[in-house]
Amino acid sequence: MFLWGNHGQMRVPQHSMLDMRLRPSAISITGLSVIRNGTTILHKFDLEVEAGKILGLLGPSGSGKTTIMRSIVGLQHLTGGEIKVLGIPAGDKGLRTRVSYSTQDASIYRDLTCSENIEYFAALQGHSTPTSNEILELVDLSRNRKQLAATLSGGERARLALATAFVGRPELLILDEPTVGLDPLLRRDLWRLFHRFTDEGKTLLVSSHMMEEADQCDELVLLREGAILSKGSPAELRKQAGLENMDAVFISLVEK
Amino acid sequence: MNLKRTIASAKRVLLQLKHDPRSMALIIVAPCLLMTILKFVYWSQPQVFQHFAGSLLGVFPMLVMFLITSVATLRERTSGTLERILISPVTKFEFIIGYAVAFGIASALQAIIVSTYAIGPLGLKVIGSQSGLIFVAILDALLGLALGLFVSSFAKTEFQAIQFLPIILLPQLLLSGLLAPRDSMPRILGDISNFLPLSYAVDATKKVLIGQGSITKDVLIIACFLVFLLGMGSLTLRRTSD
Repeated sequence: MFLWGNHGQMRVPQHSMLDMRLRPSAISITGLSVIRNGTTILHKFDLEVEAGKILGLLGPSGSGKTTIMRSIVGLQHLTGGEIKVLGIPAGDKGLRTRVSYSTQDASIYRDLTCSENIEYFAALQGHSTPTSNEILELVDLSRNRKQLAATLSGGERARLALATAFVGRPELLILDEPTVGLDPLLRRDLWRLFHRFTDEGKTLLVSSHMMEEADQCDELVLLREGAILSKGSPAELRKQAGLENMDAVFISLVEK
Repeated sequence: MNLKRTIASAKRVLLQLKHDPRSMALIIVAPCLLMTILKFVYWSQPQVFQHFAGSLLGVFPMLVMFLITSVATLRERTSGTLERILISPVTKFEFIIGYAVAFGIASALQAIIVSTYAIGPLGLKVIGSQSGLIFVAILDALLGLALGLFVSSFAKTEFQAIQFLPIILLPQLLLSGLLAPRDSMPRILGDISNFLPLSYAVDATKKVLIGQGSITKDVLIIACFLVFLLGMGSLTLRRTSD
């Protein structure tokens, strides 16, 4: 593991120097530390996310995925370190319309209908002519337009939350476990949507437990207890572990 | 302040109320029911009914809005929607004004119906104007909103939020002059009551009822409380947390 770790660290600076010239970093985290109730969640954590890419944060629960995401959107109280998002300090007013965040538990109004939720979040982003139908179609909820979010199933609610994150055309989308509880067909459609999003030069940071989805990401970061175990493209991680199956790759890298 | 975003928030809160007709009905029916009971309890003493019913018109809006605001803000906190709002372009000020406009409208509706019912079928005598009563009621409602917003940050669950009602509102109710005139209380209690917003709400309502005295001073004092409490409430809407 140490060997791979060093290898990774040696590669990173070259990578980011190249990125600086070609593409600016969408997210740049240096020395991030978060201590919650005396427990260290993250310690001097560094991460660069290239613009226009899908970065997958993988790791067992409690590995710090959500804390990293909350730090990037400026919700987390930081003990130390610095985060630049689209070249601006995280949480800055200038990022409000440019970054969108969808939490693990659907953060929507359960006592509003699907289209009312979409229209409200669109209005907050300054879009007065919301295309709520169009967005609901993307997540296959156009039939549930007038249904109260409280009466939706878990999967439908997750899709609605995802749809509200897409309104307002953000440049950086941060999605915490967006595909949990969705059927394979819908998952495939959503990943197509994610790729379309990054094809426009936008950036996606996504966390997942599902290793089969890891293949859809351009770059993966494997976390455990707030530290990066390994990073690279899915192919590179396979090579590191010497295994084909992504689940097995994950297990072997975590257990090393 | 961005007007469009503020209106969007107010509209959203009103839509939430609209989808919950039972709560809306309770907001209006409960005060009417209580007024009716009061009427029968003091059937043979109309002047006592006159006193209580009049003062209660100033108490209901604050009570109800305190409750629904503390529960609504707590829900925003626990459901994660508040965080989404705090990282969106909406400012805290717009968020609070959005709530104030929506609940102001709901409390105006409550005040119109309850006061009309009290004046009509129950025979409450109002020498001042009914619109004056409604105006004071809306101010009281906003006071309740400001207190509820502030207090909800100290509650972790809806159950706890409701427990704040007896702590925050009952002492104010006891000292407001509803049960005994404020100048007949032991001096210290009278002095304390001077620092409680509900006292001025009850004073203003009584003045409108008997059509004597100016309510300007009371309204100004309530407005000061309102600005102070809303300021305190907005301090509790913090973006970052541990």
